Amino acid sequence: MTELQIVLLWSDGLFFLLIGVALAGGLWARRHEHLCASWRRVGQSPIGMAAATVLLVFLLVGLLDSLHYRAPLPAQDGKPTGHAVEVTSALDALLSGIRSRTEKTYSAPLATHLFAKESLENDQGRDFPRLRHGGSHLADQLDGHEADIVLTTLQGLGLGLVIWLPAAGLLLLARRRSPQLAWNAVSVTLLAVALLAGPALLLSQGYHVLGTDKVGQDVLYLTLKSIRTGLLIGTLTTLIMLPAAVVLGIVAGYLGGWVDDLIQYLYTTLNSIPGVLLIAASVLMMQVVIDTHPQWFATAAERADARLLALCAILGITSWTSLCRLLRGETLKLRELDYVQAARAFGVSQWRIMARHILPNVMHIVMITIVMEFSSLVLAEAVLSYLDIGVDPNTVSFGTMINNARLELARDPMVWWSLAAAFSFMLVLVLAANLFADVVRDAFDPRVAK
Amino acid sequence: MLAYILRRLLYALPILIGVNLITFALFFVVNSPDDMARMQLGVKRVTPEAIQKWKAERGYDKPLVWNSAAAGAAQATDTIFFQKSLRMFSFDFGRAEDGRDIAREIKSRMAPSLAVAVPTFILGLFVTISFALLLVFFRATYLDFAGVVFCVAMMSISGLFYIIGGQWLVSKVWHLVPISGYAPGLDGAKFLILPVIISVIAGIGASTRMYRTIFLEEVGREYVRTARALGLSELAVLFRHVLRNALIPILTGVVVVIPTLFMGSLVIESFFGIPGLGSYTIDAIRAQDFAVVRAMVFIGSLLYIVGLLLTDLSYTWVDPRVRLE
Repeated sequence: MTELQIVLLWSDGLFFLLIGVALAGGLWARRHEHLCASWRRVGQSPIGMAAATVLLVFLLVGLLDSLHYRAPLPAQDGKPTGHAVEVTSALDALLSGIRSRTEKTYSAPLATHLFAKESLENDQGRDFPRLRHGGSHLADQLDGHEADIVLTTLQGLGLGLVIWLPAAGLLLLARRRSPQLAWNAVSVTLLAVALLAGPALLLSQGYHVLGTDKVGQDVLYLTLKSIRTGLLIGTLTTLIMLPAAVVLGIVAGYLGGWVDDLIQYLYTTLNSIPGVLLIAASVLMMQVVIDTHPQWFATAAERADARLLALCAILGITSWTSLCRLLRGETLKLRELDYVQAARAFGVSQWRIMARHILPNVMHIVMITIVMEFSSLVLAEAVLSYLDIGVDPNTVSFGTMINNARLELARDPMVWWSLAAAFSFMLVLVLAANLFADVVRDAFDPRVAK
Repeated sequence: MLAYILRRLLYALPILIGVNLITFALFFVVNSPDDMARMQLGVKRVTPEAIQKWKAERGYDKPLVWNSAAAGAAQATDTIFFQKSLRMFSFDFGRAEDGRDIAREIKSRMAPSLAVAVPTFILGLFVTISFALLLVFFRATYLDFAGVVFCVAMMSISGLFYIIGGQWLVSKVWHLVPISGYAPGLDGAKFLILPVIISVIAGIGASTRMYRTIFLEEVGREYVRTARALGLSELAVLFRHVLRNALIPILTGVVVVIPTLFMGSLVIESFFGIPGLGSYTIDAIRAQDFAVVRAMVFIGSLLYIVGLLLTDLSYTWVDPRVRLE
């Protein structure tokens, strides 16, 4: 038995790094009372806590999908034979059931028959053929099909409830320890998630809960895979642009003079190019680079990953200007304040003033920008993939799902489930992010009256 | 005033040169013309002769910035940088892959783009500002709260959903308007109604919320309290005082986009089959027609700079305190 070969894609590494930075930031905030107070305000808001719970569920799926490995191939004559070319993730392993149960082509959610008519064997004319997996446990008793679905759903609801109860108990304990936080909102949100996931889990054993797509892949599986792409684009882009925006913004505002002129010129120039066009031009060029250097990438997953990262970098280049301008303006205000003047009078060096006195006092702007950017980036990914300048066509994302399903709208009856699944998952993710962003902004923005 | 405009135009020149340098670097330095030729002709099995021919046809066979083989001024002019990048300042964009003149194509495609973009812009502004004023009128009530929730929900829905859903509902189920297409003049109205309405709906969430914040900030000011103390009705306060004073922050965001309306919307135009500049750009992106993308980048930044200038000028119009010196 050979070991799994762990694969750490660049995006996985950066994703873990980001989570590490977030955790470290949390620990750091614990030791500073004013930051604690702001976060406590977030925690007191039921909307904020509910949105955070939904985001954490998405994050969990994304994390599971970021633990990549290459499975060992079956050994021949007791000798190891190496590893599979395909890179799989922990999420793939968990969902191996619905991942491997593919059909021939489209089938509606919970259907037992294929979506299109086909010539049947034995000259039985043309009819909707049975699915290979959807409802196959029913054998020929298709009359009980609806009853079976209802029964399984009820069982699933029960299962969801059973899973939820211990979590709710833990939350009750948490409420006793810190009663001012909105634990009830978390509890209710978790109940909703559990009541959706339970039936989905049980039904997916025998059916395709959200149908199948053109090549017969389960749509539920695809949507869960899309979450990672969405999260990565929403977070890595900000991570990539952050250092440049923060350093340049503060330096321009604090030093002034020709440095300020130069940095202003830089961001006005970048800003004046319409965003979509700059992204399009950069992505076209990146495609040429990737296509003319196939030797750089060992596996298709690595190439898709490089393309995803490059897209994040490009989106970052086009979006750092607004944060940079905000930080410059804020620094201009801060540098005239008494405590900065005092530090200067004491002979503290410029760089030290910027790092110790300016930076901590503009961090709330950075924080607010990060959470506000996230949702717009997730939405932008879908549009860019539609314009063919998004992620690699083989990367599963909300954008590629919508793009593939779009052409089937002209069919009659319509193939709606792929689109519906992608749009509703995206809506939940973006809505949660927007609500959370609002709560964070209200908690951290000093201008908002407390 | 005239001197100010002239000076601003001179300031714009370095920015345009910067944009030009960025596009030049992106299109010719990051990838050599050889790479692009290989990409266009198919990466495998491409002969050096075919690459040479492809480059010669498009004028990419010259040196990048300095032609040491030429004589006199041609050393600087007979180069890719001069021919392809600097020529853009005289609106000479060269030819697209299909051999058509890009400048002429752009001129003929402006009208369809404007036919969608201008009604969208005016209607969108009217709807969002009225909606925001309505919310501010009912501020701190359940109606206001419901309105904000509605806006956040609208913001969270992908723009593609509005388009796909709208086309399906209005054109396929109700058969009210054709699903896509374009005709010049009044005949085109039936094609334009749906894209305009959908673009307005897609923009409602974010804009209304922004205007509401701007109005709320103004409502808290002292002149508003004075106006109320003088016995003015709430409506008169909102329209005569708050709206007028909120114009400055609104104009900052609005005027700058007016010139870029010429560019059209990429997604809307391609979904509705409108032969404007947006669909021209998207076709070029899909066909990897680099010359067209380069031209559109240049025009886009030019229009944006014009928009910045117009923003400054508009301040003098709404705020008599602002003087341009």
